[in-house]
Amino acid sequence: MEHLLNIFIKSIFIDNMIFAFFLGMCSFLAVSKTVKTSIGLGVAVVFVLLITTPVNFLVEHYVLKKGALAWLGGGFADVDLSFLTFMVFIAVIAAIVQLVEMIIEKFSPSLYNSLGIFLPLIAVNCAILGAALFMQEREYETVAEATVFGVGSGIGWMLAIVSIAAIREKLRYSNVPDPLKGLGITFILTGLMAIAFMGFMGIKL
Amino acid sequence: MSNQEKEPMFSAKNLKLFTAPLGRDNPITVQVLGICSALAVTVKLKPAIVMALSVTIVVAVSNVVIAAMRKYIPDRIRIIVQLVVIAAMVILVDQTLKAYAFDVSKQLSVFVGLIITNCILMGRLEAFAMANKPWPSFIDGLGNGAGYGIILVVVAFFRELLGSGTIYGYPLMAKLGIYSTGYENNGLMILPPMALIGVGIIIWVQRSKNRSLIEKK
Repeated sequence: MEHLLNIFIKSIFIDNMIFAFFLGMCSFLAVSKTVKTSIGLGVAVVFVLLITTPVNFLVEHYVLKKGALAWLGGGFADVDLSFLTFMVFIAVIAAIVQLVEMIIEKFSPSLYNSLGIFLPLIAVNCAILGAALFMQEREYETVAEATVFGVGSGIGWMLAIVSIAAIREKLRYSNVPDPLKGLGITFILTGLMAIAFMGFMGIKL
Repeated sequence: MSNQEKEPMFSAKNLKLFTAPLGRDNPITVQVLGICSALAVTVKLKPAIVMALSVTIVVAVSNVVIAAMRKYIPDRIRIIVQLVVIAAMVILVDQTLKAYAFDVSKQLSVFVGLIITNCILMGRLEAFAMANKPWPSFIDGLGNGAGYGIILVVVAFFRELLGSGTIYGYPLMAKLGIYSTGYENNGLMILPPMALIGVGIIIWVQRSKNRSLIEKK
């Protein structure tokens, strides 16, 4: 249990997707203009990560890894499909995003209306594929660990985009040099936030 | 091949396709595409150059493939088709790196895989390759890859020089004997936040030179 909590805190603050690894920057920069839309996108990212990370974990452990196909019978024990990782992961993510979109549309039209436009964007959000690849690289051992890592990364991403959006809303009243307006100042702001987040480094539970 | 009969291979129009993304239509500082990977691999020059080359190859080749198939791709599933083409290319690049440059491939870790979701690829495929012939698409891919590479190399150059005192592994600062005058490496440059601030400063410089790029609010 403590171990899971450790992964959770670590993935939110220390290994924050945006401030430590810059994943999902494209949508981060494009959508962080108002707090409201950034909360919408943040929730959608958390939701998709909650589903895709464990699914990708299972796919990796029962299909892709060397010897993972042993459950099919002795002849498959040596098969190593790990070179297909990227293609399978992105296909799983794209398919799940599509499914989630259809399910939400069917069962909760109000949620669909608020998340709807963001969901297709998420299939190509680096944070989602990034979480899957980090999950693989760090060799988490159980589904629970992978799920907690996925949710934690999602919450960390949401935290980042919402706080930057709040700062950008206030920024409208400040006097930024012309060439820095918009994109430039957002980069520098994100950099300063990242320095602040580095204060969490070294925390161990 | 028909476009080569109509116009020369290196016509002024095609040349412009190559040069525009280097400066005023740069994928990172103007189109805001492909930021994710650009920032993470710029601590040292070597991984930055490898990454720039990988992205250029992937974007140029997948541009050609998509441009060649553009009339046969049903509109509704085009994103999946694009992703599959890109993913196949990225797997090739990744396997090549693992075989011939294993230490760099370890340094780049997940970021080679993340070329798949690099927005430059999807952006160029959607905006250019779906509507143009293979040859111009190839040039467009090369140009955008190079524009991406320039920013990477500039940021990596300063971060490596100021952060570690080396250039492409060559200990420049130590050879010049600057340390004996009391100079110290700036540890902050190696940390991730400086990549963001570095790109921010590049944007600032570029937009002060070229005021038409300034965003109006």
